[in-house]
Amino acid sequence: MSTATLEPRVHAPRNYLNADYGIRSWLFTLDHKRIALLYLVSITFFFVIGGSFAVLMRIHLTEPQGALVQPETYNKLFTLHGIVMIFFFLIPSIPAVLGNFLVPLMIGARDLAFPRLNLLSWYIFIVGGLFTLYSAIGGGVDTGWTFYTPYSSTYSNTQVTAVAVGVFITGFSSILTGLNFIVTIHKMRAPGLTWFRMPLFLWAMYATSIIMTLGTPVLAITIFLLALEHLFHVGIFSPALGGDPLLFQHLFWFYSHPAVYIMILPAMGVVSEIIACFARKRIFGYKVVGFSSVAIAVLGFLVWGHHMFVTGQSVYAGLIFSLLSFLVAIPSAIKVFNWTSTLYKGSISYDAPMLYALGFIGLFTMGGLTGLFLASLATDVHLNGTYFIVAHFHYIMVGGAVMGYLGGIHFWWPKISGRKYPNAWAALAAAIVFVGFNLTFFPQFILGYLGMPRRYAFYPAEFQVLNVMSSAGATILGVGYLIPLIYLIWSMRYGPVAEPNPWGATGLEWKTPSPPPTENFAEIPVVEEEAYAYSAEETAGA
Amino acid sequence: MPEVEAHTQPAGLAHQFGDLEQQQGAATLGIWVFLVTEIMFFGGLFASYAIYRWLYFAAFEGGSHILDIRLGASNTIDLLASSLTMALSVRSAQTGNRKATVAFLIATVILGGIFLGIKAVEYDQKFVEHIVPGLDWSPEGNILARLAPGGLEHAQIYFFFYFAMTGLHATHMIVGMGLLLWLVLRARKGIFTPSYFAPVEVVGLYWHFVDIVWIFLFPLLYLIGGRY
Amino acid sequence: MHNLPFQPDQASTIARSVDSLYFFLTAITLFFTGLIFLTIFYFMIKYRRRSPDERPRAIEGSVPLEVLWTAIPTFLVAVVFVWGSTLYFENSEAPKGSLEIFVTGKQWMWKAQHPEGQREINELHVPLGRPVKLTMTSEDVIHDFFVPAFRVKKDVLPGRYTSLWFEPTQVGTFHLFCAQYCGAFHAGMIGSIVVEEPDAYESWLAGGTPGESIEQAGAKIYQQSGCGTCHVDDGTGLGPTLLGLYGQPVHLTTGETVTADEAYIRESILLPKAKIVAGYSPIMPSFQGQLTEEQLNNLVAYLRALGKEQPKPKEAGKP
Repeated sequence: MSTATLEPRVHAPRNYLNADYGIRSWLFTLDHKRIALLYLVSITFFFVIGGSFAVLMRIHLTEPQGALVQPETYNKLFTLHGIVMIFFFLIPSIPAVLGNFLVPLMIGARDLAFPRLNLLSWYIFIVGGLFTLYSAIGGGVDTGWTFYTPYSSTYSNTQVTAVAVGVFITGFSSILTGLNFIVTIHKMRAPGLTWFRMPLFLWAMYATSIIMTLGTPVLAITIFLLALEHLFHVGIFSPALGGDPLLFQHLFWFYSHPAVYIMILPAMGVVSEIIACFARKRIFGYKVVGFSSVAIAVLGFLVWGHHMFVTGQSVYAGLIFSLLSFLVAIPSAIKVFNWTSTLYKGSISYDAPMLYALGFIGLFTMGGLTGLFLASLATDVHLNGTYFIVAHFHYIMVGGAVMGYLGGIHFWWPKISGRKYPNAWAALAAAIVFVGFNLTFFPQFILGYLGMPRRYAFYPAEFQVLNVMSSAGATILGVGYLIPLIYLIWSMRYGPVAEPNPWGATGLEWKTPSPPPTENFAEIPVVEEEAYAYSAEETAGA
Repeated sequence: MPEVEAHTQPAGLAHQFGDLEQQQGAATLGIWVFLVTEIMFFGGLFASYAIYRWLYFAAFEGGSHILDIRLGASNTIDLLASSLTMALSVRSAQTGNRKATVAFLIATVILGGIFLGIKAVEYDQKFVEHIVPGLDWSPEGNILARLAPGGLEHAQIYFFFYFAMTGLHATHMIVGMGLLLWLVLRARKGIFTPSYFAPVEVVGLYWHFVDIVWIFLFPLLYLIGGRY
Repeated sequence: MHNLPFQPDQASTIARSVDSLYFFLTAITLFFTGLIFLTIFYFMIKYRRRSPDERPRAIEGSVPLEVLWTAIPTFLVAVVFVWGSTLYFENSEAPKGSLEIFVTGKQWMWKAQHPEGQREINELHVPLGRPVKLTMTSEDVIHDFFVPAFRVKKDVLPGRYTSLWFEPTQVGTFHLFCAQYCGAFHAGMIGSIVVEEPDAYESWLAGGTPGESIEQAGAKIYQQSGCGTCHVDDGTGLGPTLLGLYGQPVHLTTGETVTADEAYIRESILLPKAKIVAGYSPIMPSFQGQLTEEQLNNLVAYLRALGKEQPKPKEAGKP
């Protein structure tokens, strides 16, 4: 029988936050919820660092000759911006924060399958982060986050080895998190929670975990070989040593393309939860959406060659990768139509999480459709290596993944912190982010089509107007990101206390107090209803 | 499924699991998923090896013939034997035979040590012959004569793979031996019982995997082309 | 000419067709983005929550709709795939009779060698209305030769040749960018493609330093390096004849057959043991490190020309 106890709130009841005090209770915790918060603090730190690099870059690019730094420094800025944002913010973000917090709660378990591995994951993440910070402080890296050889292995004299070690180590954090989720979802679902009763967020975590466990090891070996080559001047990626630079690219993109699905699938899972809750309807086409997540994960492993259309590879290889790249777009399109249809005859409220989720759908649609330009061989020839690519992936990763992450944080904040935040400020921040984002990145599509290449520390004067527009947008975007930082921290002390289910959402996590006790459930629940049981008939018996 | 109250938890049951069976199932699935990640990790290296072997077969053949096939074969037999002792140790734990569990674990450690010893001899030999890419590469005499036809540059690539693949494998073995020693300490205390022996099984699977990697490495590195 | 404000010049034969596909994709993007935006907006307003206890009826899904919105995107991407691939394929091979120019990229400049021997740095003069094929290599890291106005781009790799071709349709000066990050002054590795009327181009060619064509320069290198000692024309030497070789299939000792293109010729000079012609021994010495990229290009050009001559009568077995 499912539990929905709410003890009378006289004092703050015992929950995972106040169960124990002191730094040691946090640094040696095995509680998945506390580990999620450790990650939350860490990735926010890295987001600020990566974001600062971006701000410096956009200030620099307001002038054609560069307004701020030397070209060598600019090259280090864009490299570290990419490395920090991808490996230390985006990849962990939703899985390590929201996934860690919610997966046990959503499946009705007391913790993940391997709590100590979970804590180890976080420490590995921190060690990798420290190596990367060291490389940044110790002179920086200027290879681009893609580390193409032979520049990175033979020519660059920057901190390539240090950052390679940092990324190598952090990869294991990702692998262990994925492993934990896969085993947990397979083995620890509460009685009655069949696969097709799981919330779509769990399907998204499962699909993401498949990619994390299968793809990240290939990055690990690639970076390992690169480090060997850089250190010992032997290897397989430099023509001067008898090697092949394109082999590096194949190995690198074999992970790094699926990596982008690690970044977007969790956000899609979050969006499914939010749309269902704030439209009070089961996600339209639940099974289709679940299967689409898995399809994206699988197909995502087959398309890496679309990053290499202009490398001189065989036109037939290009054809195959192009076709597969088009196919991987289809499940994403299906999801967008299903989310939209969920709104039909729903009961829609405009709370902040919903605004983020809707913003996600619009921006992800644009980002995804611009991917078609790049999957198509003839247009990719013109657009590859230009700002069109930069705009495309920022639409997905920032307009998509980051908005999904923020939406998720706003949705589950009452559960995580036990407090509510002021909705008006949250809605305002969402609107500012939306406007700032589009102003930053839409001009970059045009810049790319006009021919401005990416990774340029200075550029022909004719591109200035669009660059200034983009930089203006970046300022607005930055403000939009700062606002939640302020009110969320404020809410932890001054926000109204949250009830167990402030949004009236379905899902086992909402049946626990806010915040939950350390053991999550007094009794392991038994699940008897389908996911998203929002309808009148389904809630009548509750 | 009735949940277990804290004060009647069976020994070794972690709090997040309902019963030992669920815990064992999770541990087994966990190690298999981990081994798949290891396959992907080595896989990238094996794929690169395959490409260069296809491109520069003559150099790979020349390099391969310089390796001491007797040492390689001894290592193969040694590791197969160690997998046997490992499996026997798992079986012993499963049947609650503490002494046999410990004995077979120690035997596995010894066999692992022999493997690493032979590897050390082989590596030392490479330094003597000056065929260590990046650190000491200046082949001469007979060795040079055998490597030159395939192209010295490409021979260097072969030996890069030799060291990268066997080095990575040896690192995994060292980790495995650490895990085995940890198991020995726990087994001696009688912690493993027929209902709780998952750690032995998990390390066993890992050890078998490391063995299988060597089964691939041996022919790929030592048995290229004809030798007769 | 600029058609639209945010469009680069359409200065090559393929620019217009690439732009057509681009505009079609833009139309699809705008259409579907607009469709989703407007639908969401409409639903947001029409189905806004009117009372706190409102409970909509559950709708599971609709198989016909799923089929519809799977089929339509699949059809659309199929159209784009076929369109883009066809265009790409058509443009992948340089037409016969292209003007062949060697390009070498290095940190951080572009060097070009015209067949007549004319050299340029960071500039490339080409005549209007004639296809130009660039055979490119890098002296150091990966670069990328990008001319937005022509809609062409190709990576330039160390240790091998890549090629691209274009046919200019407008007189003028157009940006040349390096589009693959290559180190500190990647942004400075830019230049110009200067398209001139054919007579203007001819006078530019003639007006430069008179000198030998790259094939003549290559012939000199061929003689100085003693290639003819083994590569006897009638095929009786220690090495195979090089007459009539270019573009032909070559049978190797491994049983494989490869085509004798620029890449094969270049590799045979630098790494002769990589591919041995069937019936010959691996005794050719390597010339790695003895020739600059430019000299190598000259030699390849000469061998290419040699290759197009009719082979002299010799032993059977070769086409």
